[in-house]
Parts: sequence; structure tokens; C-alpha cells
Amino acid sequence: MSDVCIVGVGIHKFGRTDGVSGLDQGVVAVREALKDAGVEWKDIQFAYGGSDAAGNPDTMVERLGFTGLQFINVKNGCAAGGSALFATSTSIKSGEYDLGLAVGFDKHPRGAFNALPAQYNLPDWYGEAGYMITTQFFGAKITRYMYEHGISPTSLGRVALKAFDNGALAPHAWRREPVDLETIMNAPMVSDPYTKFMFCSPAEGGVALVLASEKKARELGKPLIRLKAATMRTRPAGSFEVFAPSIDIERGGSATRIASRDAFALAGVGPEDIDIAQLQDTEAGAEIMHMAENGFCRDGEQEEWLAEGWSKLNGKLPVNTDGGCLACGEPIGASGLRQVYENVVQLRGDAGARQVAGVPKTAYTHVYGAPGVSAVTILER
Amino acid sequence: MRPIAEGLFTDETPPRLIGGRDRETGRIVFPCPPGDRFAPHPLGRRGKVWSFTIQRFRPKSPPYGGPEAFEPFPIAYVELPGEVIVESRLTNVALDKVAIGMAVELTQIPLDPAVADAPFIHAFQPILEAA
Repeated sequence: MSDVCIVGVGIHKFGRTDGVSGLDQGVVAVREALKDAGVEWKDIQFAYGGSDAAGNPDTMVERLGFTGLQFINVKNGCAAGGSALFATSTSIKSGEYDLGLAVGFDKHPRGAFNALPAQYNLPDWYGEAGYMITTQFFGAKITRYMYEHGISPTSLGRVALKAFDNGALAPHAWRREPVDLETIMNAPMVSDPYTKFMFCSPAEGGVALVLASEKKARELGKPLIRLKAATMRTRPAGSFEVFAPSIDIERGGSATRIASRDAFALAGVGPEDIDIAQLQDTEAGAEIMHMAENGFCRDGEQEEWLAEGWSKLNGKLPVNTDGGCLACGEPIGASGLRQVYENVVQLRGDAGARQVAGVPKTAYTHVYGAPGVSAVTILER
Repeated sequence: MRPIAEGLFTDETPPRLIGGRDRETGRIVFPCPPGDRFAPHPLGRRGKVWSFTIQRFRPKSPPYGGPEAFEPFPIAYVELPGEVIVESRLTNVALDKVAIGMAVELTQIPLDPAVADAPFIHAFQPILEAA
């Protein structure tokens, strides 16, 4: 079967852009992606759009033009971007369309996400007693992982160090200043063992991707960036998720492991074939756990990986080459598509100062979020 | 003294937490969910710290109902042998003494110690070894 290809990418800078709505940041990204693909808005046959807190994506037609296209909104937590991409891709695979758009944007207030128990099917007392805090979960989850697999606090610091180094080289990143390891380690604790530099912040931004059938992509004359797999999966029994008043003693797998396994099977490649990876790093330990959950190393080997710099830009598997969520922040609807944007730029050899040497041929993305959802993509050129 | 919600504690001294046991699979959860699928199941009072973190900033209100003046507090997942791992505050322990494997038992603490009729919540504290 012929592949679905990514023929255009656009991004609105992540971080804070006062006075510009989330939707308008998405519109900026769409215009850039159209220009990159060499097509016009009227050529786009359909779109899927993801936004968690910044309005209905289909209202973009007021800005982009009333062409009457099919435009479906996606609300799927941290997997919104991945879900939009999956839907766009399968619509083209079905043969119904040959040129479509996946777009994601968001704009969150400053500070931690403010979740209410009822939104998560939890009793009110759980929030009243002080448990509706995502960072608590992240702290408890990595504390257990470090205990079981011998991961040191310094490794958490090294993930953040790398993120800010890479972010400094990425024009779309929010945090553009390197931060040294000592500063990262000695910063105030937020939820132990994480200091404030080891958590990403809710943010703003927009990303758009134009997808085409292989035939259409050849007509457009763009480099063929093939979407070999796009999977979105939910959690199995016994997973450990945010906002859990209790968990099972018998520990299970994770949504990530399922999404990853199925994506590799679809693409017909394995972790050893991947040249670069963007892995969900809402906190430093997430990148560490996700290296193993996605099959790039065994549990515990991350200690050596980080000490040796194997996940740096010049390492054997560069991870989060634009600084990931730690440097870019997390606008939920846009975050997963940012990873794909970064991979397309790297595969084309257009990443400038952060370009991975040798121009990678295969690239992997992974998001994970509440309440146990994960999405993975694999690109090839 | 009143609990923060009905159905969390047994009416005995000392009280136990009330979990829910799946009538078909036997799986135990906390708290006991509404509906018929889970039967109320009093949980053991003693367990071990499975993992933990320290809450270093005041949670946002709403939903948080604790005092305005904030002091960091430990949050743990406590493994109750053969039953379930329960999320709970820890009390009567220094922040730097909390460790995985620490033996703890159930107690109750006021959500706001400065308020006379503040609701109480579940917490675990280190088991004091007999001398």
C-alpha cells in the first residue's frame, strides 16, 4: 500500500504570546504549513483539529476561508494531536481524500493545571484534601521507579540540562537559555525529587501539518516524509495514572507500551532502527521512563545513557532534539504535533544549529497523558 | 469531629478505611465506588510506604480546603498487604525521614489543625516499635 506523507509543516512559537488567542496561533501555523506545502487553503479537503482549552478548532474557517471543508474537532487530552494525526492519516489511507490538515493549538493560564475531581469521576473530598495535583503523581511515580531501577537524582538533572541546551538552539522553543546542572539540582523542590527546572509548564502554541497521499505528494514535488505508523492507545489494567486514590498491588503495563509496540509492528521496524526520538517529557523522569517503555533501552540503563550523553544531539539516539516539553512548555492540543513537526524538520535536514548529524532517516514521537492515553508516530524518509 | 466525607471510615475504634471489593473479580479499590459492583471492604490498618513525594506548594482552592498558611506535607502510596495500595498523607514523620518500605499505620488528622471543627482526613504514621 502507498504511504501517507507529510508535505507541509508550520508552527507558532511556543511559550507565552500575550494578545494572540490560541486559535490565532493555530491559524499562523496553518498558513505556514500551507506555504511550506505549496498549496492554498481552498486545496485542503478536510481537517482534524485538537485544542483542550482554547476553543473549537473548526471556527478557524472564519480566519482561513469558508470553503465548506469537513473539519472535525478532537478532544483527547494529551493525545489530541496524535489522535488528529491518526484520523487525518486514515482518512487519506481510505482513499476518500488525498490532501488534509492536522492542526493543534492551545493557550493555558499560568501555573499548574487546575483539575477538579468531578471531571475525573472522583469524589469531591479527594480535591478538598489536596490530592488533585498532577505533580504529586509525577513525584510518587518516579520515586518508585528510581527505587526499583537505580536511577539517581543527577540523571533527572541531566535530562533537564539537555532539554535547555537543545531548546536554546530551537527558534520555536520557549526556554532559550541553557541552565547548568548545579542550578537545576539546587533549585527549590516542587514535588520531590523534582526541582522546578524538572517540570514543564502549561503554555501556548500552535502546530499544523499538511498530509497527502503518496501520489499527491509526488505531484507537489516535496521530499517524501512517510508516516509509517500513527497509533493512539488507552491504558491496560494495573497501570499507574494521575489522580489515583488507590492502585493495584499487581502492577500492569502502560498505554505507552501498547501504543509503541503496535506502532513498531505497523511500521515494520524496531527501536534499534530509529535515528531520533521525541518522548513525552512533561517532567524529567518521564523522559527516562519513556525511553524504556518505548523500547529504546531496558529499565535502569538510562543511568548510563545519561552519564554518557547517548541521548544528546550528537549521541547514538538523540532524544527531544528541540528541548521537548521541558523547554517548549505544554500547550496540550499542540504538544504532540510539535514533536512531529520537529521530526519532519530534522528528516529534511532543515534543523539548523540543532540538526542531528548525518540527517536521520527514521524518527519517532511519543505522547502520554491523563488518564492513561498515549500516541506514537514513526516517520521515514 | 467529622470525617471529610461519609463512607471513608468504619465506625469502630480505631477506625479502618473502607475500600470496595469487586463482587466478581475480588479486586480491591479505595474508596468504595458507588453502585452495586463493589461491596464495602474494611482495609487493614497497617502497611508499608510503596512510594512517596513531598507536596511543596499550596494546592489551588478550589478544590483544596486546607489552611491558607501552607506547610509542606508528605504524600505516600501505602501498600496494604494482600489488598491494595492507597494514596494517603503521612503524619508524625520528618520530611527527610520518609522512605520506601517504612512501616506505617492508619490514623486521622484534621484538614486544618487551627480550626476546631475542621473535617478530618486519613493519614498514615510510622509504627512506633515497642521498646
